[in-house]
Amino acid sequence: MAKIHVTTKINGEDAEFLCEPQQTMLDVLRDELSLTGSKEGCGSGDCGACSIIVDGRLVCSCLMFGAEASGTEITTIEGIANGDTLHPLQQKFLEHAALQCGFCTPGVLVASKALLDANPSPTEEQARYWLAGNLCRCTGYDKIIEAVMDAAAEMRGE
Amino acid sequence: MYAPNFAAPQSIDDAVRMLGADGAKPLSGGTDLIVQMRSGRNRPDHIVDLKRVPGLIGIKAEGAGFRVGAATPGAALGEDKALVAAYPGIVEGAELIGSTQVQGRASLAGNLCNASPAADSVPAMAACGVMAVVVGPNGEREVAVQDIPDSPGKTSLAKGEFVKEFVLPALPAKSGDAYLRFIPRTEMDIAVVGAGVQIVLADDGTVAKASVWLGAVAPTIIEVDASCLVGTKLDDAAMAKLDAAAQAVCNPIDDKRGTIEYRTKVAGVMARRTAELAFKRAGAR
Repeated sequence: MAKIHVTTKINGEDAEFLCEPQQTMLDVLRDELSLTGSKEGCGSGDCGACSIIVDGRLVCSCLMFGAEASGTEITTIEGIANGDTLHPLQQKFLEHAALQCGFCTPGVLVASKALLDANPSPTEEQARYWLAGNLCRCTGYDKIIEAVMDAAAEMRGE
Repeated sequence: MYAPNFAAPQSIDDAVRMLGADGAKPLSGGTDLIVQMRSGRNRPDHIVDLKRVPGLIGIKAEGAGFRVGAATPGAALGEDKALVAAYPGIVEGAELIGSTQVQGRASLAGNLCNASPAADSVPAMAACGVMAVVVGPNGEREVAVQDIPDSPGKTSLAKGEFVKEFVLPALPAKSGDAYLRFIPRTEMDIAVVGAGVQIVLADDGTVAKASVWLGAVAPTIIEVDASCLVGTKLDDAAMAKLDAAAQAVCNPIDDKRGTIEYRTKVAGVMARRTAELAFKRAGAR
């Protein structure tokens, strides 16, 4: 089959690309659009390193075909910061040392942003359940949760 | 090189026609299909994305019941307050499927038609009498959800047929549903045993009707004879009978999540616990 032409919006800007039918959105982001912040950990929806937000929903980009992006609005890790100004989550991840190797971090940040977009005042338990699909083999999760809770408090103006 | 076709029809008729092609597979959330394609277990020639067909995504209140579009993501079910209030068991089953990310895509129809015996959303739907509206080359028909999976990975759907939506019937007065599953961890695992229950109470607070279905303990979900609960308030004797009835219908496999003996014993426990929760919910209405 011929390549599929897809127009979409990524991080607030119009985007278009050509993809093979079986290419995942993660393949498209990394290989066609050079947006390599989203990582491939497992390729089967278990690790969350490829997390993106599509039309307001958090999804694994490895579990979505690029062709499905037509007409959608997508946020990737590259769209989290405001220019040179880090998103509060990114700043708090640095302050709390909530990352070590960094491979899971883009996915964790995107998932955390989706959490705070939906619920600005999560409990620690809610944050832990929400992020259960983001695996991290370095931090033991505590520092990630501390950073998310701190960022949420700051974003609420506390 | 493997290169399937991809199409996203915008009408039921187009979807039926496209799914009539040899090697065509419907795509809803893709959380099973894409993984299966990647592993090589499933290599469709035509991928037919159903999410752009009108009505395939969305929840509509209808009388005292609901119509739920087949491809509606699990997360949307949990956000619908009226649906959660009416059918908490169906929603809690759907919301146990995978992570937040998977919830953003995974659908009831995908969970049903993937035909895993451990599908978390199916036992409670069966207990509540949910019907799947199936469309295909010969028109439309309603099928009880439990009649869709035939055996692991296989459904009773004919070529070109797909599930369009689910009909959640008008809620009986004083009724409650529940779904509980047992897994060795707290989140993100496949059921060792799942139990879906709906209980309807009589005016005197005793059980008038009980429907109990188990997942992950047979090639498909199976019904437990719950007649022992009728006329009771789930006293110890009735619960002991339910436990025995649940164990009696089990026909599980041995795998890393549990032995046959273990799964069978846990099936009795889960049937009782889920019945208690459904009974409590019915009493609170």
